[in-house]
Amino acid sequence: MTATIPTPAPRVDGSAAKISVREVSKVFPLKDEQFVALDRVSLEIEDNEFVTVVGPSGCGKSTLMNILAGLETPSGGSALVDGAEVQGPGPERGVIFQQYALFPWLTVRQNVEFGLSVGKVAARERRERADHFIRMVGLEQFADALPKMLSGGMKQRCAIARAYAVNPSILLMDEPFGALDALTRVTLQEQLLDTWSKEKRTVMFITHDVDEAVFLANRVVVMAAGPGRIYDIVEVDLPYPRTEDVRLSPEFAQLRNRVWTSVYHQTAGTHAATASSSTTTPTEK
Amino acid sequence: MAVLTAPAATLTAPPRPRRRSTRRFLLVLNAISVAAGIAIWWVLALNGFQFPTPDEVVMKAMALWNAGILQEDILASLGRVLSGFLLGSALAIPVGFLMGWYTVARGLFEPWIQFFRTIPPLALLPLVLVLLGIGEVPKVFVIFLAAFLACVISTYQGVVTVDKTLINAARVLGAKDGTIFVRVVVPASTPFILVGMRVGLGSSWATLVAAELLAAQAGLGYRMQNAQLYYDLATIFVGIVLIGILGLVMDRLLLLAETKLTGWQERR
Repeated sequence: MTATIPTPAPRVDGSAAKISVREVSKVFPLKDEQFVALDRVSLEIEDNEFVTVVGPSGCGKSTLMNILAGLETPSGGSALVDGAEVQGPGPERGVIFQQYALFPWLTVRQNVEFGLSVGKVAARERRERADHFIRMVGLEQFADALPKMLSGGMKQRCAIARAYAVNPSILLMDEPFGALDALTRVTLQEQLLDTWSKEKRTVMFITHDVDEAVFLANRVVVMAAGPGRIYDIVEVDLPYPRTEDVRLSPEFAQLRNRVWTSVYHQTAGTHAATASSSTTTPTEK
Repeated sequence: MAVLTAPAATLTAPPRPRRRSTRRFLLVLNAISVAAGIAIWWVLALNGFQFPTPDEVVMKAMALWNAGILQEDILASLGRVLSGFLLGSALAIPVGFLMGWYTVARGLFEPWIQFFRTIPPLALLPLVLVLLGIGEVPKVFVIFLAAFLACVISTYQGVVTVDKTLINAARVLGAKDGTIFVRVVVPASTPFILVGMRVGLGSSWATLVAAELLAAQAGLGYRMQNAQLYYDLATIFVGIVLIGILGLVMDRLLLLAETKLTGWQERR
């Protein structure tokens, strides 16, 4: 499968990609052995690309995201953002967690303003920016409500507004819709793409839902467990905006089947990465 | 900008259960129960038990009030319990935070707190009386200890159980340790602190009355101890009822503060 729309521009000057993961390993020591969460994983993500990462549990997809977020450090290799090594969390990388992680004692507006007030943004500008992103996610009627009054979908929309408010160039999303029901999920997927098309960011989105992975992405990264590694990369050459027609099209079904097979029929220890892009280095044990 | 327009289904906030009628029904039951209890007391007192009747207790309370004795006792008791309780909580909260936040502080404080927690503060009274004399200081000290021990454990628990995801959420939004402490750890552990304070207040009040029974020249406990010598059952009853009422009022005030300060919690 060849990528046509939208392909990351090839770099002629040899500059680094937006996100560059080079031979990253992560090993957790257990009682007498070691758990290899990531085994020399390499991946490049271009500016404004939407990449989804899908794989069975234990494949290290959340670990990979935490390393990029700066919440964990790799045991080997390096993770670079804009060509510079990741050193702890930073406001240029927004993170959206599966458990929403809203501060329950703050209202929707105060939650969205949190990162801005930490960044010493003046009160008036803070308020304007918060209101802008609250409107963007359609929560203006609930700006002064506490999180306990919101449904799961609304909480996650508030978390998305909070991440956008500090104006990150990268959004790292860890199974953000994993705890939502199927209907809310589909709605939020469409809304997320809508937001993304208006406020372009580089997105790395982790999920275990094959449909979600294909529907959202420019590129689907399939990972395998034991040890955690990249198993396959599937380019999704479906046009944006992704409407219901796209979701129900035979092309979508074909890609979905392709990713499904990659996720659920993995051959142990080897890579079936026939169509893996040139940016990945297959790592053989 | 109609970007992320919400579908009607997700826009509706969860419905709030209607509890008002249930609450009123409960209040009626409470009132009936209290009235019945007083009636049984009255019947027993009139049928040979050596109790004073409720009206005798009320008369006695009025007599003591008019003589100025009751006010003096209440003020003495409340003064001791409040100063001990406030000092204890004021020290417990920073110590609890230190223990939760810094492993070194936890390692240094924990053995002492665990050790003194197993000793009823009252058991230290003989020692404290010998060392600190028979003034107000020893009584305030044991109350302080009771409040401190209850509150410090609870604050510490609150700090160590703060959801790691919330701390990570603050970190990825650019917050450093100091900001995370003030804006995440403190508010997140407030419910635990307030529970600790309520337990501490109950424990302080119990310790106070017992301390006054042993060594005091004024206060509700002293008054009861004194009345015992003269077989003055009515005064003992006045003391018991007042101790109960004052304890209840203080607990309700803290409960009110708790509801105001921690109303953001999701109740499951």
